[in-house]
Amino acid sequence: MSAVTIFGLCAAAAVGLGLYGLITNPQPLRKILAFNLLGSGVFLVFGVVARRGAASGFGGDPVPQALVITGIVVAFSATALAVALLLRLFQATGSATLRAEAPPRTGSDATAA
Amino acid sequence: MIPHSDPVLEAATTGGSLLVLALVVPLVGVLLAFAAGGRQVERIALATMPLGLAIAVAIAVVMGQTRAPLVYLLGAWAPPLGVALRADGLSAVMMAITALVICAIGVFAHADFRTPAGSLEARAPFAFWILLLAIWGALNTVFLAGDLFTLYVALELVTFAAVPLVCLDGRAETLQAALRYLLFALLGSVLYLVGTVLLYGAYGTLDIVLLSRRVHPDAATLVAAALMTVGLLAKTAVFPLHLWLPPAHAGAPAAGSAVLSALVVKASFFIVVRLWFDVMPGLPGFTAAQLLAGLGGAAIAFGSIVALRQERLKLLIAYSTLAQIGYLFLMFPLAFNAGSAQLESGGALTGGLLQTISHATAKAAMFMAAGLIYAGLGHDRITGLGGVARALPLSVLAFAAGGVALVGVPPSGAYLAKELLLQAAGETEQWWWAAVIQAGGIFTAGYLVLVLAHALAPADEPVTLQVRVPWTREAAALALALCSLVLGLAPWEAYLPASRAAPSGPLVLKAFAAAFWPIVGGAVLAVLLGRWGKRLACAPAGFLVATAGPLRRAADVVGRIIERADGTLRQWPAAGLSLLVLAILFGAAMLPAR
Repeated sequence: MSAVTIFGLCAAAAVGLGLYGLITNPQPLRKILAFNLLGSGVFLVFGVVARRGAASGFGGDPVPQALVITGIVVAFSATALAVALLLRLFQATGSATLRAEAPPRTGSDATAA
Repeated sequence: MIPHSDPVLEAATTGGSLLVLALVVPLVGVLLAFAAGGRQVERIALATMPLGLAIAVAIAVVMGQTRAPLVYLLGAWAPPLGVALRADGLSAVMMAITALVICAIGVFAHADFRTPAGSLEARAPFAFWILLLAIWGALNTVFLAGDLFTLYVALELVTFAAVPLVCLDGRAETLQAALRYLLFALLGSVLYLVGTVLLYGAYGTLDIVLLSRRVHPDAATLVAAALMTVGLLAKTAVFPLHLWLPPAHAGAPAAGSAVLSALVVKASFFIVVRLWFDVMPGLPGFTAAQLLAGLGGAAIAFGSIVALRQERLKLLIAYSTLAQIGYLFLMFPLAFNAGSAQLESGGALTGGLLQTISHATAKAAMFMAAGLIYAGLGHDRITGLGGVARALPLSVLAFAAGGVALVGVPPSGAYLAKELLLQAAGETEQWWWAAVIQAGGIFTAGYLVLVLAHALAPADEPVTLQVRVPWTREAAALALALCSLVLGLAPWEAYLPASRAAPSGPLVLKAFAAAFWPIVGGAVLAVLLGRWGKRLACAPAGFLVATAGPLRRAADVVGRIIERADGTLRQWPAAGLSLLVLAILFGAAMLPAR
């Protein structure tokens, strides 16, 4: 099993775990962490692609590396924005959960809305 | 028509530097506003707007003259090594409409987000103007980007600028709505990014033109296409991936809702169009296009029914956005040419794009009008709208004009779009989509009739406005609505594929015929599904409603079931599962196309 295959499998595992966490965890903070895990998996795929593209004698294809740096910056900004929103939410409500959200149902039975 | 993907794109064209200006001007505005601080922000934003509008118009004019796409190579490096900015007809049209809507929103928001001399600087105005400019710059990047990774970055920029708009007022429920929106949008964009990596791994380039020449249906490409499509659908809030849209669009301040609903969801939609029509026209095939439009059709029925049952005007408009987004996706199967097994950039694409820009202008106008009504009355309960037409005639007129334009009355853009889509449905013999298109018009008329019936009804007690509504704000909304109403007259042939079907017969008669049946159908729907409160007792519709009693009860049961389904679908696990299932379905649907 070559290094590329191992890295590819690790990437797949990270993506799978991240996806699972992002969908099933009700806590926003855990969702943010899961998103980062998912993102790391994708960045690892970038690495694998860079290695595979390096067959022509280079140590690695530089383009995916340039892309991955941009991707990390984007993921970092996304995380910062999400954490900032979460902090504001915590300040406003005293709890950091999305579950309390009463869906804006306005059926004739939902008088609370 | 301007060719979609010219074979020779390795050189920059004259006028290419305009594209750079279109990106740079809003972003320079953002930086200047940051540096200058609270009091100058609004002035800088308002000064940037005419400049940006002029650039968008200049790009359209240059393109109308040269009849060729504009290209700019960053640092004079040609793809695949470098990055190109390209503007084709679609980009030019979208940029012009974006500039128009942003400028109207600027005029509208002036009263909400100003910092008068002598008052303290507040955070909301500072954030609003900067975010508005940032969204503009990001949208222009989406329309001009020549490669898939730039599109990814642009898409994320749009999201990052749009999310804080939702929670400008800082209330807990808007913060939750913003967080939901951000997290779900991130899930969507990560899926898009995975697809981008896979495509790079398979073809060694992300440039749209180069990819379109190299792409062939192997396993990696199919997976990439399915993941990217589904990720973008999540960001566009296509049914059943719409969990974030209603609270976000209804909770934002009126100017923010207008930007979000008119422009932001169009960014990811535009990328779907780029992906399916430009990058891989031969890949998705018949089944996948049917699936995509099927989601659109479901969104129309579902979104419209839930919209009709809302109590609040802003939520009604938010759900109607859901339905209108669905309408946009009907063009994909109609563009499918069975002979070449490809999506063709023809009349259906033009129809879809015209619908996009009609919706952008009309929906922005409707959200602005709803915001003014909210500000004037202090609430936006639909059953409490009686008398508002007398108190705020221009706002109600703007709402009505926007709605009528979306129903498809000539010479509105939506009318032309509907004609083109129906024509394409006839040519490709897909009668079922023709039925869905007509149903879409009827549903749109439904909520228009419902709101207008309440707004035009006499008030129980005289309406006293909570605040004075300046006429400029009403004029901004009305101008956009009228713009949508005459969009069909603009010379689209220069920019969009396929020529327009020449209007025959007197326009007035045609307008009457085009509007009559949808509005009658819409009235029936509104009577059956809408909320009427005690208005029924006196209105002339009362008789109608009384006779429709048993039907209304049946419709109420259906409506409740659909509302409950909506509540379930807007839970995270359900939406996440739908996302994965759709990704698998799209992958499977693209397989037979090999």
